[in-house]
Amino acid sequence: MIDFGFGVSPSSRINLDKADKEKFNELAIAEPDVAKCMACGSCSASCTAAAFEDTSLRRAILSLQNGLCDDASKLLSHCMLCGKCTMVCPRGINTRHLILSIQKIYSL
Amino acid sequence: MKNNILVIGGGPAGLEASAVLSRMGYNVILAEKEKRLGGHLAKWDRLFPDQTPAKEVLDGLLDGIKDVKCFTETDVNSINLLDRSFNAMLSNGITILADAVLLASGFDMFKAEKKEEYGYGIYEGVMTNADMEQAFREGKTFSPAPKAIGFVHCVGSRDEKAGNPACSKVCCATAVKQAIEAKELYPDANVYCFYMDLRMFGRHYEDLYLRAQKSGIRFIRGRVSEVSETAEGRLLIKAEDTLSSRPVKVTLDRLVLMAGMRPSEAGHKVGRQLNLSVEEDGFFSARDGFLSLQKSKLPGLFYAGACTGPKTLPDTLHEARSAAMEIDRYIKENFRK
Repeated sequence: MIDFGFGVSPSSRINLDKADKEKFNELAIAEPDVAKCMACGSCSASCTAAAFEDTSLRRAILSLQNGLCDDASKLLSHCMLCGKCTMVCPRGINTRHLILSIQKIYSL
Repeated sequence: MKNNILVIGGGPAGLEASAVLSRMGYNVILAEKEKRLGGHLAKWDRLFPDQTPAKEVLDGLLDGIKDVKCFTETDVNSINLLDRSFNAMLSNGITILADAVLLASGFDMFKAEKKEEYGYGIYEGVMTNADMEQAFREGKTFSPAPKAIGFVHCVGSRDEKAGNPACSKVCCATAVKQAIEAKELYPDANVYCFYMDLRMFGRHYEDLYLRAQKSGIRFIRGRVSEVSETAEGRLLIKAEDTLSSRPVKVTLDRLVLMAGMRPSEAGHKVGRQLNLSVEEDGFFSARDGFLSLQKSKLPGLFYAGACTGPKTLPDTLHEARSAAMEIDRYIKENFRK
């Protein structure tokens, strides 16, 4: 194949029609509080790992809602389960437990 | 002697003010341009935040106006201020000499077809908040059951280009309420709300938002940019999920546009004859923003409800009651010496 130097960039558009809703529903049954996230960013702001690595529970939840499991995996891979986010979450989500459930259900 | 008070507009503000004034012993004449009393409330099914049937509230308001002379399907053809009373000629041929006038002309719904990119009036699946309420009220269900439903907040609100830069105040709570009701009616449907920010400012409004989240409604922060039709006749929606800074697309069966509030055209007609001043947003300007909210710059002419800007139903009813108090004070000070 001759390389002409042209390529097609993959689309960055999120396609919600293709998002895996079954997995997310499974998560929502195990962790009903995941639905309560209002994306305030307190978890990410208090995250000890986020200062060094791209870590954010808020964005991980969003990625899962958008069906982007790989992105969620990356955003949680440096979590040390310190639990600071649990202390600051204004919706009272047990974020530590949620992270563990995400890892279990999505086999991250 | 009973003083005549003319109330223009038979929506919630006009009805409640008429009820209070008539209990105070005034001779209240109410003019409503439409066939039915109740304004937009009469067209609504249930109210936020607790889904009270709109009919219950309307019946309560109508109970209060038994002694009020109501003229429906009646416009105010002309109105002018004489020495200190108003002379109004109604379209039914009746002339009224009123010592005070309450303008409760409310609002018009923003015409959603003006936002052409959303396809209202073009695609069958696109409807407005008012259409949705009508469907609920008539018990109409869509068949086949929609698999995906979207709600677009701020249609013709917070939109300078559409000539309506202000927030219409009630659409966020209405969207969340309707999303919950849609999810109740079609439990298998995916329900999305496209919002810029959620303005759930009132008591119990935040509970409504939480309830919507728990029922599985997905909130996407970002305004819908365009709607098109797929080959199967469904709706393809494009927006940005601004929380993840990425464009998003989704296919829906129904899209509900939260049309905002515009100043009432019928109210403007009255306002022009009396030279009442309006602010940049097109709504009437009160004498001041704190102490004289119900007073216009014209002595004897008062305001209540959404004619001075978007308001919730409780806000409107509060204003109606305080306008009645102000009118009573005005009459006592000026006509009973």
